[in-house]
Amino acid sequence: MSTPNASGWRPEMNAGGADDSTTFTGNRALMLEEPLIFEIGSTETTGVDFDSVVIGRPQIGNLYRTDAIGLPGLSESETIRHYTRLSRQNYAIDLGLFPLGSCTMKHNPRLNEKVARMPGFADIHPLQPQETVQGALAVINELAMWLIKLTGMHGVAMTPKAGAHGELCGILCIKAALEARGEDRRVLLVPESAHGTNPATAAFAGFTVEDIPATPEGRVDLEALKARLGPDVAGVMITNPNTCGLFERDMKAISDAVHAAGGYVYCDGANFNAIVGKVRPGDLGVDAMHINLHKTFSTPHGGGGPGSGPVVLSEALSSYGPIPYAARYADGSFKLVEEESAHVEHPETFGRMTAFHGQMGMFTRALTYMLSHGADGLKQVAEDAVLNANYILRSLDDVLEAPFCGSGPCMHEALFTDNGLAEGFSTLDIAKGIIDEGYHPMTVYFPLVVHGAMLIEPTETESKAVLDQFIGALRSVALRAKNGDPALKSAPHFAPRARLDETAAARKPVLAWSEPAVAPGTPSLSEIGGS
Amino acid sequence: MRYLPLTADDRSAMLGVIGAASIDDLFVDVPAEARLDGPIPDLPNQASELAVERHMGALARRNRAAGDGPFFLGAGAYRHHVPASVDHLIQRGEFLTAYTPYQPEIAQGTLQMLFEFQSQVARLLGTDVANASMYDGSTACWEAVVMARRITKRAKALFSTGVHPHYRSVARTMAKYTGDVLVEADPELVPGTDWAALAAAVDKEVSCVVVQYPDILGRIDDMAALAAACQASGALLIAVVTEPVALGLIKSPGEMGADIVVGEGQSIGVGLQFGGPYVGLFACKAKYVRQMPGRLCGETVDANGKRGFVLTLSTREQHIRREKATSNICTNSGLCALAFSIHMTLLGEAGLRQLASINHGRALAAAEQLAKVPGVSVLNSAFFNEFTLLLPTAARPVVHQLAERDILGGVSLGRLYPDNEGLENGLVVAVTETCTAEDIAAFAAALKEVLA
Repeated sequence: MSTPNASGWRPEMNAGGADDSTTFTGNRALMLEEPLIFEIGSTETTGVDFDSVVIGRPQIGNLYRTDAIGLPGLSESETIRHYTRLSRQNYAIDLGLFPLGSCTMKHNPRLNEKVARMPGFADIHPLQPQETVQGALAVINELAMWLIKLTGMHGVAMTPKAGAHGELCGILCIKAALEARGEDRRVLLVPESAHGTNPATAAFAGFTVEDIPATPEGRVDLEALKARLGPDVAGVMITNPNTCGLFERDMKAISDAVHAAGGYVYCDGANFNAIVGKVRPGDLGVDAMHINLHKTFSTPHGGGGPGSGPVVLSEALSSYGPIPYAARYADGSFKLVEEESAHVEHPETFGRMTAFHGQMGMFTRALTYMLSHGADGLKQVAEDAVLNANYILRSLDDVLEAPFCGSGPCMHEALFTDNGLAEGFSTLDIAKGIIDEGYHPMTVYFPLVVHGAMLIEPTETESKAVLDQFIGALRSVALRAKNGDPALKSAPHFAPRARLDETAAARKPVLAWSEPAVAPGTPSLSEIGGS
Repeated sequence: MRYLPLTADDRSAMLGVIGAASIDDLFVDVPAEARLDGPIPDLPNQASELAVERHMGALARRNRAAGDGPFFLGAGAYRHHVPASVDHLIQRGEFLTAYTPYQPEIAQGTLQMLFEFQSQVARLLGTDVANASMYDGSTACWEAVVMARRITKRAKALFSTGVHPHYRSVARTMAKYTGDVLVEADPELVPGTDWAALAAAVDKEVSCVVVQYPDILGRIDDMAALAAACQASGALLIAVVTEPVALGLIKSPGEMGADIVVGEGQSIGVGLQFGGPYVGLFACKAKYVRQMPGRLCGETVDANGKRGFVLTLSTREQHIRREKATSNICTNSGLCALAFSIHMTLLGEAGLRQLASINHGRALAAAEQLAKVPGVSVLNSAFFNEFTLLLPTAARPVVHQLAERDILGGVSLGRLYPDNEGLENGLVVAVTETCTAEDIAAFAAALKEVLA
């Protein structure tokens, strides 16, 4: 076989012709390799036709962009094919179970997409006169009402762009509240099991971060927490249900202790799907909690975003929430409270977090989802999500170590470790093995509090038949790892790519395309039969 | 409920496997006083697709869509024609319903797209590298200020008065709590930028100078001298671009020496959507790459030597570095980045240049016609597709009167700067390829009528 060349798509066949494992194109039937747009496009090609327009004498001073930009274009037909081919190299919820713990990869209803694309939502400008966008403001206000009722909280900040941005919003509310009290508390307590965004957010807002010890059963150590509280502690950031998939039984006691010591309770709401419609964080003494609309409320993850992270707030913090927000007036009209009137209507606000008014395109989807489910359907969501996770936990705890399963049921996700695998085998091998079985792997090596964590969140939109097949597949892969099957070390074998060299990528980063230097005598693509 | 596949039989069989008598047994860790007996009160129960669509459709119809008539708003969000294939492709389930590409063997589609996006953005902005996106332009702008602080170990940022007031406002919010010193003010209604004054003001305490190009009033200027002044003082020049289509016609900030270029990518491929989700662009010189926030996609090879792509330099990021990360950002704007990248691929350089030229041409025509309205003049000496009109009266009520005539005629400076009476006669007008000659004529006629 010829040495596969750097681009991975050009002919791999050597002069002797194709054998069993290689093809002329590098393709394998439906598994189609696709070059970069920079390799197939040209700066002269365009897939867009324009109306002819008479253009007057330019008024751009001496700023004309004369140098080549280097942006390749494709015709529309080539564009469709390029991205369709790329799409087929992705795993997705639409293809099967996507059990990433703490990510809530549930079905994304297509009604949500249809609604978000209605011209009245998709094609309105954020700075239009407010009398021309009353329906949009009504959506924001109605969604805010749902979030407040579902969480039993006092208010909600709608503008944060994603979960981590929501964390920042909550933490800034706490900062503003402390400032109003004239206190300079600098420490936020965060458990080691927290998402990395929690300590990063605290630092981004100028706090120092200290660890909260955990009990052997994977929960916050209430007594240790109480011992650390004091006049320098601004509050705690706690994920509930936590990232071990457990409900923090002492949440109310934690809140009471933190409040008694003059602090505030931030709750990371990434795992709200486990309790939506069943438990209200407001009943647990939470002061601020972000809600990932792209998790619990089904807005699509889109390969890494966009998200949306509204933050529900307690009475103690609501008055410090950001501007703008959509207010409803007695006559049924809506108005954005922004810079102009904030000093009258929302004078204690900590300010603005983003341009414009938040992720409207996610609001329409999330509200559509909530209306579809209703209060009864959302309760069923939490129950089925928790049922599915416990079913996985109990169906696999004989082959994989479930570190906290002795302490009772899990919530919406099941946590396993890599203890008991054969020498040299780890969580990574199981993850790569499960790829060959046709699944996206679970979350791996998170949370950090157990060895080789595997965190499995099936969500409520999976059937029993899907779970049974997944359980069978994971059992099989786990047994191969326990028995030291060497083939597992090089999995995946059937994916578009084998394991990728991440070390090389980081050591000498190639982050943008650059035209390859052509060595003298190198045949051109057309000469060797490429397209 | 149509999205929930478990049947009653499934549920009881599964409870049997678990060894639980009822669902409530699975919620035993929730204290009894926090457990609700039934559905949350005061909320409706589940509804059919038809009923929900009816409800949401009624709300949508209470908005005047931009495409329903003459439309001239910009100020950080622009209406461009997005080819039909863009929205088709981003709705492919393999893109729409995928997660962050943490398992690269089965996420090459997203990863290759991100590599292409980064390459396109870097070239468009005239820089060496770009990341895989931020939330939006305003948050990207603040992240750039933070990055400049990390690099220069100074904490004083000079903002040009031409930077979008929302972007300044976001920076003000954050600086209150981080201790950064911001020097910033509202713009004056003059044809030129304040960049020469900024160049004179840069000193050894300044971490960065932030300028917007084209700026909030639509003005454009050469930033080469300012870049040189920054360099001489060891400060970084941060350029903010809220209308990237402009860079198909006018020089890029990178070419003129900007160290970090951030932007709002919405105008390419992403619709208006009432302000979000959008896509933050973040690009810089190669030497600063390890100080960048957010995700980066890089090229590598797999175990068989085939080219592939992975997320890389993750030791900057929160999931590895926690409180020492360069930013707290996790989820970014992946799908909007895809839309941007597809639209840019459809355009190509030739198409982008043509689109930019048409935008400028439309804006020239509009400026000429609107300036003929008695009492109205154009502030700018140079502009791309957006300019500021000076009206003989406060612009804000005029905007509402135009809306009554079904003309969405720009953004008043009164809306953007409510506390600044000196700006109240200003109206920022954006004119893209979506504005027809008839739209422009209707706008000019209505403005004349309102001002009469």
